[in-house]
Amino acid sequence: MPKNYERREFLADLVKFPCATLLLGVSGPIKALASAGDEYQASEHHYAMGVQIEKCIGCGKCVEACKIENDVPMEPYYFRTWIERYIIYADGEVSVDSPNGGIDGFPPIESEKAILRTFFVPKLCNHCENPPCVQVCPVGATFKTQDGVILVDDDYCIGCRYCIQACPYGARFLDPRTHTAGKCTFCYHRITDGLLPACVEICPTQARIFGELDKLSTPLNRMMRQSNIQVLKAHMNTEPKVFYSDLDGEVR
Amino acid sequence: MKSGKIPNQVLQVGLVFLIVGATMILVRQRFIPESFGELGHYRADAVEVNASHEIQFAGWQACAECHDDVVATKNSSFHRTLSCETCHGPAAEHAREEAEEDPPLPTGKELCLTCHRYLVSRPTGFPQIIEDRHEPAKACHSCHDPHDPVPSERPESCAGCHATISRVIAVSHHAPLDCEVCHEAEPEHFLRPRAHLPRKPFERDFCGNCHAAGIETPANFRGVDLTALDIPKIEQDTHGGTLLCWQCHYQHSPEAR
Ligand code: HEC
Ligand code: HEC
Ligand code: HEC
Ligand code: HEC
Ligand code: HEC
Ligand code: HEC
Ligand code: HEC
Ligand code: HEC
Repeated sequence: MPKNYERREFLADLVKFPCATLLLGVSGPIKALASAGDEYQASEHHYAMGVQIEKCIGCGKCVEACKIENDVPMEPYYFRTWIERYIIYADGEVSVDSPNGGIDGFPPIESEKAILRTFFVPKLCNHCENPPCVQVCPVGATFKTQDGVILVDDDYCIGCRYCIQACPYGARFLDPRTHTAGKCTFCYHRITDGLLPACVEICPTQARIFGELDKLSTPLNRMMRQSNIQVLKAHMNTEPKVFYSDLDGEVR
Repeated sequence: MKSGKIPNQVLQVGLVFLIVGATMILVRQRFIPESFGELGHYRADAVEVNASHEIQFAGWQACAECHDDVVATKNSSFHRTLSCETCHGPAAEHAREEAEEDPPLPTGKELCLTCHRYLVSRPTGFPQIIEDRHEPAKACHSCHDPHDPVPSERPESCAGCHATISRVIAVSHHAPLDCEVCHEAEPEHFLRPRAHLPRKPFERDFCGNCHAAGIETPANFRGVDLTALDIPKIEQDTHGGTLLCWQCHYQHSPEAR
């Protein structure tokens, strides 16, 4: 006991003690319930994805895997991830194509013009730290989880399309069957189960790297520290969490 | 008027407030779903819904339990970075309970060609073929094991793998020079190219062997008869400052402009 245990302090403690025990008493069982077994703890994770442009071969296997894994409509308008082909011609013209999202790969380039550079850019939801889509949702049906993933609450989405308009990356669509917003979830059901997102699992060249942002010794952080990293539309202050290495300045 | 009695007007206004308040609480209860606000401005239960989606792709680790031989072969081959399901399609159900149907064996050419068909946009160095010129009559897997694809024969020249560079150099001023003039490649490079990378020149003096004014060029430089060639000369000490020659000239197609 401290030397000058005065009445004032004693009284204060008298109030604090039962409060604390009460709190402990309530939160104890809840925590115990939540951590039963090796239960997934969202607050211990912070996810991001790296994309190594110089490794992407444009095979489109990721697009296919994503649609199968997440039951995305097969029609060519709905994508949670897709691949764009950039062609920068010698005369300065930039052309971007993405036939059916690249799901069947890409046809040879038709143009006879001299090509300066050409490469593939996989795209998906950037899982922004400051997501504009979450800000505009009138009913709180899209949100950022504790582990930094942007999800949609299908049961609560009213299909108003505000989020589709607000996304600077065009990463959302309206599912024609449910009339709710659809988007990449980083395969939330897989990552919370210790698996990789389907596109990452299936990528043949490890062009996509998924992992923890806040842990140093991970493939993601190694890649981020040793490559020249860019994000898309950095000027919009959305703080995207899809990091591209060696991204060409022409990519929008 | 007795003191203590609340005036009627006040009672009426109070009643209105009470009703409005009660409706608001009811509306809130009706429209704000359970678990809303537990973690933030959203339904905490929606996280659970998202997490409970069914898994289709099991991941290659899951296959190892029963197909350990294939996994071991594949993981030490050129296809080590491919997942089993990249080619065989989603197989979580198969891996879980040995479902009635085995995953398909993708024996068609189209599978291999989605990745290996020549496309300019693919990264340099990625092995690509032109289908019409690469054994068009036979199935790919008749020569290449999909789990351990090695070219069944060792390519004869550097051009077999470095086609672009070979094509470029063949029509350049450096056409008379073999690759080996500038690169020492061990024979192992032909079999396991990445494990045995050839040497590249790394200093200005190297180009100077042929191009420096005043330096006596040997008549025979690594097998090239230089006497027959009209080699342009430069003052090596001043030309190009301290930059490496290939920071300005592309070594496989040098231009003096
Ligand atoms: C629980 C054990 C088990 C697991 C796990 C498993 N398989 Fe199988 N698989 C089998 C058996 C048994 C067969 C039938 C073998 C046969 O017909 O020769 C088979 C057959 C196959 C075949 C067809 C072979 C043929 O000759 O037609 C493929 C392809 C295949 N599995 C792929 C996979 C992949 C990919 C995975 C991982 C996602 C996987 N398997 C996981 C047990 C398993
Ligand atoms: C490059 C694409 C590709 C990848 C990657 C691949 N396979 Fe195959 N696999 C094939 C093809 C094509 C065949 C059919 C070969 C044939 O009929 O000669 C086949 C055949 C099989 C068979 C039946 C015949 C055999 O060799 O036993 C099994 C089982 C199998 N694969 C399992 C796997 C597993 C497990 C993995 C992951 C470790 C895997 N495959 C990865 C393309 C692939
Ligand atoms: C999903 C993409 C993908 C598919 C499908 C695929 N491969 Fe590959 N293949 C690769 C990758 C990636 C490499 C490794 C290249 C490297 O080392 O840079 C490779 C390497 C190879 C090599 C070695 C080339 C070399 O000399 O470096 C051969 C041969 C090959 N594949 C043949 C095949 C055949 C035959 C099939 C069809 C059964 C096939 N591949 C299907 C992606 C694929
Ligand atoms: C008759 C046997 C045969 C068939 C059939 C065959 N290949 Fe090859 N393949 C070879 C040989 C030999 C080499 C090595 C020599 C070369 O590069 O031409 C090779 C090399 C390759 C390479 C490596 C090229 C590089 O630049 O590193 C790839 C990729 C490849 N084949 C894919 C395929 C695909 C895809 C098919 C089916 C469309 C196929 N092969 C069919 C024999 C064959
Ligand atoms: C079997 C295919 C193959 C053949 C044949 C081949 N190479 Fe290579 N070479 C490669 C591959 C694959 C790489 C690695 C490319 C990469 O990492 O991007 C490479 C890399 C190189 C490099 C670059 C090394 C570096 O540090 O960047 C040089 C130089 C080279 N090769 C020269 C040659 C020469 C000279 C020959 C003929 C004597 C030759 N190669 C034959 C496949 C081949
Ligand atoms: C005049 C000398 C010279 C000749 C001849 C030459 N190279 Fe090179 N090569 C170089 C130099 C110098 C570099 C290093 C450039 C650098 O470090 O950026 C290089 C780099 C390379 C590289 C790696 C960088 C790249 O451009 O991809 C490859 C692969 C390569 N050479 C292959 C070949 C092949 C194959 C041939 C024959 C067809 C050949 N070289 C002939 C001088 C030469
Ligand atoms: C083995 C001798 C040899 C070496 C080593 C060599 N060159 Fe050359 N180079 C030649 C010859 C021969 C020519 C001229 C051929 C002709 O046009 O007749 C030439 C031409 C050139 C030209 C002039 C092209 C023009 O437009 O006239 C340049 C620039 C050049 N080389 C740069 C280099 C650089 C840079 C290197 C070092 C990476 C190098 N060379 C190494 C033999 C060599
Ligand atoms: C700063 C860029 C730069 C660097 C570095 C450089 N060059 Fe050049 N080089 C040029 C330019 C520009 C020309 C053409 C104009 C001229 O002759 O000055 C040229 C011309 C040449 C020629 C042709 C001369 C003639 O008379 O036709 C040769 C040979 C050559 N360079 C070799 C080299 C070699 C070898 C090195 C390295 C020691 C080197 N260059 C470094 C820019 C450069």
